[in-house]
Amino acid sequence: MITVEGLSHYYGDRRAVEGLSFTIQQNECVGLLGLNGAGKSTTMKVLAGLLVPTGGTVTIDGADLVSSGAQFRSRIGYLPEDPPLYKEMTVREFVLYCGQLKGMPRAAVAARLDEVIALAQLTARQHQLIGELSHGYRKRCGIAQAIIHKPSVVILDEPISGLDPKQIVEMRQVIRNLAKDATVIISSHILSEISETCDRLIVLNGGKIVAAGTEAELAARAGGSARVTALLRGSAEAIQRACTTARATNIELREEAGGLTRAHVTLASAGAEDAKEVLVAALVNNGVGVRRIVEDDGELEQIFLGLTKEAS
Amino acid sequence: MSGIWLIARRDFSAFVNTLWGWVILSLALLIDGLLFNAFALTSTARYSAEVLTDFFLITGGVALFAAVAITMRLFAEERQTGTIVLLESSPLSEVQSVLGKYLSGLMFLGLFLALTSFMPAMVMVNGKVSAEEIGVGYLGLFLLGSAGIAIGTWASAISRNQLIALVIAAAVTLFFVMCWMLSRVLDAPFKGLFAYMAFFDKHLSPFQEGRINTEGIVFFVSVSFAFLLLATRSLIARRWE
Repeated sequence: MITVEGLSHYYGDRRAVEGLSFTIQQNECVGLLGLNGAGKSTTMKVLAGLLVPTGGTVTIDGADLVSSGAQFRSRIGYLPEDPPLYKEMTVREFVLYCGQLKGMPRAAVAARLDEVIALAQLTARQHQLIGELSHGYRKRCGIAQAIIHKPSVVILDEPISGLDPKQIVEMRQVIRNLAKDATVIISSHILSEISETCDRLIVLNGGKIVAAGTEAELAARAGGSARVTALLRGSAEAIQRACTTARATNIELREEAGGLTRAHVTLASAGAEDAKEVLVAALVNNGVGVRRIVEDDGELEQIFLGLTKEAS
Repeated sequence: MSGIWLIARRDFSAFVNTLWGWVILSLALLIDGLLFNAFALTSTARYSAEVLTDFFLITGGVALFAAVAITMRLFAEERQTGTIVLLESSPLSEVQSVLGKYLSGLMFLGLFLALTSFMPAMVMVNGKVSAEEIGVGYLGLFLLGSAGIAIGTWASAISRNQLIALVIAAAVTLFFVMCWMLSRVLDAPFKGLFAYMAFFDKHLSPFQEGRINTEGIVFFVSVSFAFLLLATRSLIARRWE
């Protein structure tokens, strides 16, 4: 468990973050969201033990960042956006070195090496020089160095940036596996990714927490509306009737080939899955076939923008 | 201690597994050999002890050049490539990081000095110098080189890139080398101060002649200690910035 209380950090006179307080439980996966300059990177660096905060405390299972720095850092696994790798080493040599650097005896690292390499899906590349690996494999190598010492908290800064779609899917699986054994904190600009992998979100703006909670909780707080597009099969009257029943507004219908109709509607309560469920139920009850229903903008994007705008 | 050794071993491997390390080593050996041939092995007859003295003077200068060139990478390269994060987020202390890097530099210095040993060996075979004299001379070179490596370690610790580290280390090392010249043109009390701070002359000369000089040992160890302490403090300060 990681506990942050009243965390502040200043670069000279410039405030980066101030008064951050939150707790993240064991096996929880939390996403840190914020626009550029919101204080995400500073928070990540402090949590990783790279910076000493100007004020406040950070503890992991009771070990304080300032008074028990070495103990604190031994419980952290950190992957920055650009994985820190020695390109002249093989994957296996590098992970073995990182384990020892984190204070594990060589024999203990060697015993865990195969498991970690498999977890990071690097088995096929373990004897290859890191300099010869693709970006995706380098990211995985970065993950392996971050978890080799069985940390209580794993911090991943933009873990999927620069990965292709196949690698993203694989990385998602790696992150899910990590959360089985440790607390995971992820920072990402790709909000759909945060939504996909995290249990809870912390939204930063101007160096302060403006919201924290599950996606649904944040959506409820953000309020507002969501614009959705549906591909439907049925008469225009039936669709209109169903939309009105579901309290959808701004209804725009357009006929498509094959007897289909594309409907653009606005639902109340952005982010609440209930509104979409109600709409689908109303459509089905009115004899309308639902081929597809999607939000025009990502749901999390809408929540995020709403919260940061509200805070500003 | 295991943390220090771990860092030292990796950094030394990086020296010998990359082209850069071998380029520095080859260049240093080439310069050392050429200067030894040009200035120590002259066409006129000389005592073997004089040749040995000149060898240690020349090799001392080259060892400092190699120390500056090899140490610029220690922290500055890690900062440039981002791998410094591995050290900063590890449970190792700044003292361990600095000592590990310093030790890797000493290992490189040891390799360089070992590879120069054929020159004094030739003097011993063809002249009248003892193994003890050569051993004491190498002790002096090692102490001098270790001070140069400590200066380079500090310069690398405070620099964002290798070039800046190289310039800072070269300037500081050159200052210590040139102190004997300054001591000749200054009046007391600076004359004595600069004479004491000079790397060559007062401190290295006894070693060159085969005499162990306690004052020299204290001087070189003190310089090394001071710059390693500064390097450690600068790394600690970075966490608080």
